[in-house]
Amino acid sequence: MSLGLLFLTVLALAALGYAVGRRKAMGTVGGDMRKLHSLPTFYGWITALGVVVPVLVVSLVWLFLEGFVIHNSALSQIDPADVPADSSINLMMADVTRLSQGLSVLESNGLDLAVIKQDLDALKIALGEAGVAMGNDPTPNMIAAAEAVRTTASYSRLGLTLATLGLALAGLAWGLRRISPDFRARNATERVSIGLLIVASLIAVLTTVGIVVSLMAETVHFFRVYPASTFFFSTTWDPKFGGGSTLGIMPLVWGTLYVSVISLIVAVPIGLFSAIYLAEYASRRVRSVVKPLIEVLAGIPTIVYGLFALITVGPILRDWIAMPMGFGNSSSTVMTAGLVMGIMIIPFVSSLSDDIINAVPQSLRDGSLGLGATPSETIRQVVIPAALPGIVGAVLLAASRAIGETMIVVLGAGAAAKLSLNPFEAMTTVTVKIVSQLTGDTEFSSPETLVAFALGLTLFTFTLALNVVALVIVRKYREQYE
Amino acid sequence: MKDLRLERDVQTETNKIEARKVQVYYGTNHALKDVDVDILDKTVTAFIGPSGCGKSTFLRCLNRMNDTVASARVEGMITLEGENIYDQRVDPVQLRAKIGMVFQKPNPFPKSIYDNVAYGPKIHGLTRTKAELDEVVEACLRKAALWNEVKDRLQSPGTGLSGGQQQRLCIARAIATSPEVLLMDEPCSALDPIATAQVEELIDDLRSQFSVVIVTHSMQQAARVSQRTAFFHLGYLVEYGETGTIFTNPKDPRTESYITGRIG
Repeated sequence: MSLGLLFLTVLALAALGYAVGRRKAMGTVGGDMRKLHSLPTFYGWITALGVVVPVLVVSLVWLFLEGFVIHNSALSQIDPADVPADSSINLMMADVTRLSQGLSVLESNGLDLAVIKQDLDALKIALGEAGVAMGNDPTPNMIAAAEAVRTTASYSRLGLTLATLGLALAGLAWGLRRISPDFRARNATERVSIGLLIVASLIAVLTTVGIVVSLMAETVHFFRVYPASTFFFSTTWDPKFGGGSTLGIMPLVWGTLYVSVISLIVAVPIGLFSAIYLAEYASRRVRSVVKPLIEVLAGIPTIVYGLFALITVGPILRDWIAMPMGFGNSSSTVMTAGLVMGIMIIPFVSSLSDDIINAVPQSLRDGSLGLGATPSETIRQVVIPAALPGIVGAVLLAASRAIGETMIVVLGAGAAAKLSLNPFEAMTTVTVKIVSQLTGDTEFSSPETLVAFALGLTLFTFTLALNVVALVIVRKYREQYE
Repeated sequence: MKDLRLERDVQTETNKIEARKVQVYYGTNHALKDVDVDILDKTVTAFIGPSGCGKSTFLRCLNRMNDTVASARVEGMITLEGENIYDQRVDPVQLRAKIGMVFQKPNPFPKSIYDNVAYGPKIHGLTRTKAELDEVVEACLRKAALWNEVKDRLQSPGTGLSGGQQQRLCIARAIATSPEVLLMDEPCSALDPIATAQVEELIDDLRSQFSVVIVTHSMQQAARVSQRTAFFHLGYLVEYGETGTIFTNPKDPRTESYITGRIG
């Protein structure tokens, strides 16, 4: 039975469980709902959940383990000596997987596998006709391995089908047997919902952990082949594909900070002031038009901002400011990227701050106005201090967007890693270099490629530290209101 | 600052505030109709009446707080010492410094106790030196009967005080701008009986320096603290006069029904 069909069958059983469970619950009390502990729908739900949840858990674990079992069964057929010198066991296993899929295709096309397996050349041609591409020509051992994959997979699928259906039926029977007027179906449903919510939050946490761990592993790998002191303290970024490169992170960190700071200098005042205007002064009509318009900025793809930087802002800055004042003649500058990025993150600051300022209780404003303060004094001295923790949060969100931004930097500030104070010079950031180190025809074990992971981890540590610092600041200067 | 130990039983018959034919509309809703009131200097005036009768609305007309409500519209004339407060030349911001306000729910600013009281003097530039400001803060906290409780923690946040202390802090904050009139919108409705008694005592003390207008739901409170009482019903000022007369010998049958508990 295919996975899709199996899934549909289980769902059908669950639906049946819902209907029957509901009806049975009503039946136990002779149709008088008030004698039941819970509403009849809860009995239906808990029966349906009793069918679905165990099946889901078991089949996920099963599919996860299936991969290992199949891999091992195939591996046992392969002699390490078979592996060609210029290839690896992993490449070979990939071929085995493709071969097993190809054999299944051929079988369904009506070919006699027993015959064709004897004739390697015919097999190769048949596979080519069926559209299965192989890295190396099939060998008898690989065919054996592919057959092992096919057998194990079909046994596993049969086992999964039986286990799932059995579990579903058992769950249905158990669920129905539990139903009685005293059974607290409502509370049981509540527990299942809690479990669902816990699983959802666990997935988010585990993903973060997974990302960190995978970055860590590659970073450790990198520091084995490249000295950490050069990476952290060298002021030169000069990758050479072919070895002998200097991979100092300093210019990249400097570029990242420079661009981010410029963008925040642009975005924080503009965003905050527009938020104050919208929250405190604008009429409802103005607000209902202006706020969505500002939020449109957040929806523009960053590549479009990049184009704007490249063809509009860059040349304007060069022709009107940099050249006349003798700062340089490049149109790709830190200033260009910073300005455009600042525009991009305005909505992050303004929209969040606006909501936060609106959440400050009106009674505080009344209190200040009632003492004869002007609206702007009230905003400066009462509203903003009360909203400060939220505003800092909004700025931080904007800052992490700025630090992680890539496209605008590539098109606006260029890709030259440089350490310079002049904002009208081309510089680049960590993210841009991660992209350029990982794209193109590269070997995955050279320091030039692995450095990308070390850069990624550094960036991650950076934003993490930023968050911690901000939390501390907020906690220290927080001014509570009710 | 004025001397704090003035005579308690000052009786004056000078009008501080005069209101004539005051109408208030919230959008199309005619919330207050034809209100005529004279509020005496150095007297506590109580506004009583059932919920939604317009007493808070009228109170908020007296310092033009209704200006901050976009849909509100005020007609008629209100004068403070003969000057129309709705005149073009009057700055509502300056007016509110002269007519202080204490609100129903204690609303201390998210600042220290000291800064809460110093807020008004600071924004109006009432003091020249830090020492002078310290004096004002202490005097106001003493007047609000809060000094002894907070003198050792002036720098801790005002929001950390109990409800009754917070309300007295708000009163201290309001009198720190040296207002001529103090408006109080149900100042005790969020307080327990002990804190209420403290605030009521305070109101009686304050009468020696300001004219106090208090909106209250509690008729006992009106009887205890006020010399004059106005009864509002459905947007009309039904009856206004000596507190004793209103409570013992009301002229209007609606007033009598209300104070005996038959309507409201």
